[in-house]
Amino acid sequence: MNYCNLITIFAFINLLVSIPHGYSNYVETKAGQFFSSGHTNNWAVLVCTSRFWFNYRHVANTLSVYRSVKRLGIPDSHIVLMLADDMACNYRNPKPATVFSHKNMELNVYGDDVEVDYRGYEVTVENFLRVLTGRLPPSTPRSKRLLSDDRSNILIYLTGHGGNGFLKFQDSEEISNMELADAFEQMWQKRRYNELLFIIDTCQGASMYERFYSPNLMALASSQVGEDSLSHQPDLGIGVHLMDKYTFYLLEFLEEVHPASQANMNDLFKVCPQSQCVSTPGHRTDLFQRDPGSVLITDFFGSVRKVEITKDTINLTSPVEPPIKRSGSSDIQIESLTYVDQLPVAEIIHQQDCLEANVTRCRRKQQRTRKLNCQVVEKQTA
Amino acid sequence: MGLLSDPSRRKVLTGLLTRLNTPICIVCYLAGIVWFMGLAFEPFTLRTYMSENAMGSTMVEERFSSGERALSLAKEFDAHKRKAGGMPVEWLVKAMQSRGLEVFTQSFSRKLPFPDENKERYMVRGTNVYGILRAPRAPRTEALVITAPCSPGNTNNQAVALLLALAQYFRNQIYWAKDIIFLVNEHDLIGTQAWLEGYHHTNITEYISGSLRGRAGSIQAALSLELSSDVITSLDLVLEGLNGQLPNLDLANLFYAFCQKLGVLCTIQGKLQRNDWDTAEGYTHAAQTMMLMVLKQACGRSWGDHGLFLRYHIEAASVRGINSFRHYKTDATTIGRLLEGMVRKLNNLLERLHQSYFFYLLPSLSRFVSIGYYMPAFGLLAVILLLRALDLWVHLGAPALAAVDGVTEAEQPSSPGVLTVLTPVVISHLTGVALYLLPVHLQEMAVEHFPVSETEAVVLTAIAIYTAGLALPHNTQRLLSGEGTEQGWKVLKLTALLYLAVLLGCTALINFSLGFILAVTLVPITASITPALYALVMVLLSPAFTILYCVFIYQELIEAPVSVSEGWMLFLSVISQGILDHALYGSLVYPLLALFIYPCWLMFWNILFWN
Repeated sequence: MNYCNLITIFAFINLLVSIPHGYSNYVETKAGQFFSSGHTNNWAVLVCTSRFWFNYRHVANTLSVYRSVKRLGIPDSHIVLMLADDMACNYRNPKPATVFSHKNMELNVYGDDVEVDYRGYEVTVENFLRVLTGRLPPSTPRSKRLLSDDRSNILIYLTGHGGNGFLKFQDSEEISNMELADAFEQMWQKRRYNELLFIIDTCQGASMYERFYSPNLMALASSQVGEDSLSHQPDLGIGVHLMDKYTFYLLEFLEEVHPASQANMNDLFKVCPQSQCVSTPGHRTDLFQRDPGSVLITDFFGSVRKVEITKDTINLTSPVEPPIKRSGSSDIQIESLTYVDQLPVAEIIHQQDCLEANVTRCRRKQQRTRKLNCQVVEKQTA
Repeated sequence: MGLLSDPSRRKVLTGLLTRLNTPICIVCYLAGIVWFMGLAFEPFTLRTYMSENAMGSTMVEERFSSGERALSLAKEFDAHKRKAGGMPVEWLVKAMQSRGLEVFTQSFSRKLPFPDENKERYMVRGTNVYGILRAPRAPRTEALVITAPCSPGNTNNQAVALLLALAQYFRNQIYWAKDIIFLVNEHDLIGTQAWLEGYHHTNITEYISGSLRGRAGSIQAALSLELSSDVITSLDLVLEGLNGQLPNLDLANLFYAFCQKLGVLCTIQGKLQRNDWDTAEGYTHAAQTMMLMVLKQACGRSWGDHGLFLRYHIEAASVRGINSFRHYKTDATTIGRLLEGMVRKLNNLLERLHQSYFFYLLPSLSRFVSIGYYMPAFGLLAVILLLRALDLWVHLGAPALAAVDGVTEAEQPSSPGVLTVLTPVVISHLTGVALYLLPVHLQEMAVEHFPVSETEAVVLTAIAIYTAGLALPHNTQRLLSGEGTEQGWKVLKLTALLYLAVLLGCTALINFSLGFILAVTLVPITASITPALYALVMVLLSPAFTILYCVFIYQELIEAPVSVSEGWMLFLSVISQGILDHALYGSLVYPLLALFIYPCWLMFWNILFWN
């Protein structure tokens, strides 16, 4: 009897001792996961490249992705939104100040707080590439810059009219898949991204990601080479097609994602199969280093702050070692090395005093002008 | 050595050309006619499709519902029209103002060169009333026009009323990107011409009109409405405009698309569409529709109020409501919805219609033949003239070659100088000028001396001058120096053939139907003319008789055949209308026939009497 008691007590004490140890293991695995994705901030570049009233659906596409991205936590300061035309205030819009994505006007993706960074004729191939590579003139405001660093996950969404190997910008120019691949390589070499998700919804969209060669890129397209991406529903009151099929089903998928959801990229690849989309969506993951199944949707679409509350101290695996004191003269100073500043602070440093005040004033002004200038005309009675 | 510079090879080629000339010409002529008739065969035509991206496939839900109100308005308009004895200007102005339009009037007056017997008018004085619906949010740079004519009697009351009802409905919408002008014009084409000239600040014809006080921007498209009954059974689309100009095919495609959407029966040339293209009746039906379009285009008249807009590069079409004995009737609300849909689609345009064809023939409303397909028919006919000219050139050049080889001939026969050819040319053209100018200028003198009305005087003077021209060769031969030579008439024929080829070619480019019809009758006779030909055959294929045949064929095609005397009266009225169209709207058919085709034909007539 005594032996049994002893053994039970011994096991019990063992258990008691191992719980904190197990807990710290759990915390350490969680801490391990903390650094597994490798990104600390999220950016999004959303581009609509076509203008004119009958391309309403491209603007609605972009705005629906903007809405999802904002809802999942990416702030406006980290979103570069480029819309080539103003559909909400177009004279032909029977519901001014709205852009609908569902027919019968169920969902207004324009909302009250849309901030468009590049509008109208500013959406050009040159501006797009400058935003990606960061080669902008010093006078460009912060809202028009992609201020990403080597720990940023970037979502890039393009929509418009495209063909085999090109995407048409505004009826006058094109960007080719080679240019896009080179731009991403520039971004990689300048360490402007940690991982990049590229989504394109145009005809023959898969041709645009064929030429990528930089690491950490994942790409999705709405149709293969030789296929057309189709538009979804027309609205009989407005008179245009409201969305493209792929982005419509993407929006429906994203509406079910919330900041804590664990949905991963494999679910995203299943969005809009051929039975729904008529075209065959494609994806490319060979340049991506992680397994798509372990990549969360919110890694790209949301800005999820990774915060783990713990009351224990955690032993990091590579502790910071104190610098070794060298024998000899104490005059020798050791310089620590840092990265080069991406924002050319030195050039604008002389504006340091007004900088803060200007930034807030600009932001307020931007919010006011980005609210619509269109006047809703009251119906006149005969 | 090259093919054409090697003398022996060239002799072989030219020998081939002279031997086979007549068979090739006959084959070409027959091929041209067969090609033209084959255009109506359905497998050779293409289905119409909307080319303009902005007027895409999505339709809107039309919500116009005041068709009944429009009909009661029609009765009111009729009563006021009777009371005013013409256009009820004040009532129209008040009606448009109460609907929220900016209303303006334009008064115009015009004295016709001679009285128009068809419409019984001579000194025309009228007023156009137009209201502008300003787009609520857009800048005032572009406009659309909807017009309905104010006609005397019972006609077109419902058109004006539907116009006003549409104006009221459109005023309540906020999605207009262009201004819309609602125009009610008096004296149909004369009023439209005065309005267009005032709007665009041009002065093509001598109208006396006040300049327009209200303007709306560059007009992108226009629709003309003709509706004379409360219910209709079908809607007819009229496309042919002044000088045979046609609007962009996209406008016809738009009309057809809405006809299909709303289930309205739509016709072109008054003929319905048939599905049995492989039967004989189906083919003849399509061929008749196409022939009607060719005849209407050839006469250069504007067959609806829309025709005058085309000159200003404004795409326009007329929609005519027809009430015949059919079971299924369409009410005014549906017509209003059709127009609403069309105008809303035109509202989406960003540029003028230019993506689709400007030159086409329609064997039915859903099938078309483009210029690339129908031009070879004319080309085959024109090639005959060139082959003949080449043949004559070879013949004319042969004696010169013989003179070079055989040196014993001391003198080569003197080639006729330019003067022998110049005299018939000049005299023919002077006759043409007389045919163009004298009928209108000499009408008072003719009325004094003969018991005829002015219109008859003008027409009969024209015919008299035409016949007098036939007698010229007998007289002018005495004035010529190098007459009677074999070479003389060949040189004249060569010049005349080349001249005719250039004339017909230029005409066919602008107005294919006119060029083709003239070619069908003129080419065989001019290609085969020699001094030994029968004069009667030549006269029977002259331009005047071509017009006569066309009148008879047209009457047959619209299923209202006429007797010879009625046909003759119609022929006279056609001539007077042609002269009037030229004076009033700038139609070019009468000057072309009088100043160019008739003198060319006279040059060939001279050849008949060369000996």
